[in-house]
Amino acid sequence: MIKFLLPSNIYFFLGKIIKFINSIFFLILIIGLAFALVLSPPDYIQGDSVRIMYVHVPSAWIGLASFSLISLFSILNFVFKTKNLYLINKSIAPIGLLFTSLAVVTGSLWGQPTWGTWWAWDARLTSMIILIFFYVLFILSYKLIKKEDLAVKVSSFLAIIGSINLIIIKYSVEWWSTLHQPASLKLGNSSSIHSSMMLPLMIMLLVLLLYGALIFLMKYKTEIIKMKKKNVKRL
Amino acid sequence: MLTKKVKSRISFLVISIVLLITSVFFILNSLKENVLYFLTPTEAKFKEDLEIGKNIRIGGMVKKGSIYADSKEIKFTITDFKNEILVSFSGTVPNLFAEEKGVVAEGKLKDKNFFVADRILAKHDENYMPPGEKNFLDNNAK
Repeated sequence: MIKFLLPSNIYFFLGKIIKFINSIFFLILIIGLAFALVLSPPDYIQGDSVRIMYVHVPSAWIGLASFSLISLFSILNFVFKTKNLYLINKSIAPIGLLFTSLAVVTGSLWGQPTWGTWWAWDARLTSMIILIFFYVLFILSYKLIKKEDLAVKVSSFLAIIGSINLIIIKYSVEWWSTLHQPASLKLGNSSSIHSSMMLPLMIMLLVLLLYGALIFLMKYKTEIIKMKKKNVKRL
Repeated sequence: MLTKKVKSRISFLVISIVLLITSVFFILNSLKENVLYFLTPTEAKFKEDLEIGKNIRIGGMVKKGSIYADSKEIKFTITDFKNEILVSFSGTVPNLFAEEKGVVAEGKLKDKNFFVADRILAKHDENYMPPGEKNFLDNNAK
């Protein structure tokens, strides 16, 4: 399995997957936006501002999922010293930062008409800001530290510490009283989102996932090229 | 299969993660009071070191039939179905402010049962549905 993970083997597949995603992305984006903006009904109490949710919720999920992957790969990298995992982490981090910031900004835009405030220092919102800080530190750690061995160590350390923040984000709305509402979707429970709003939410999740995957694959390809170039120089 | 080096790294990792989680747990436990965004009426009632006249937030449900508004102020009752606090507020309330909906009031306690708010925030619940569906559910409930 580790042999399959060698960058040179993966490189050939990347181009094909990127082309495939490019060919279907815009079609799904148009379907998703049509459902989210026009075809889905307004909410019984929030009215049309519910449509912000179709970007906010998937962005938050992807932001959290990206950091979970980074933490997992950092742990695996620490144990097995697979350089490829470090390259993957470097490619995931900017996407995670983008989507986490998007979740915070859209949440703020939603908060003004519904809560009556742009921002509140409650547990959920504060822990999301801390997640953004972890992303920024993670990215800075490999941008600023020139020695690669040290950069790997520092970034893995940040990722593993940051994973505890993920648990706090997840349960913040249950442990403490917050202005942010509790999760609408829970595993094993019936959802409190009506099916006519569930469909656009899921399509938008797919759209944002595909976009994230596209950026990831392109970044990853660049990282592999960079590494090869470095090795050629060394020869 | 695993080499000695890998095994030692795994054990180092497991020990440090366990230590990390315990320390974060203790930190959060000691911060508990500060992390709460608002107090419920019951928490406000039984909190002993609560200073009258200090800025706090009270949150709960707006009691059914308790909203009373005139040209100067709006009065309503925040309840957590055990205890309640009467709130007086002059200013504009958010669109989502309504009876039997969540609310957070920022302001000062005058005494244990009377609260003067500077700002009202509406708390949204986790339910999302189209307007027709809401009528349908209400009819079923009757």
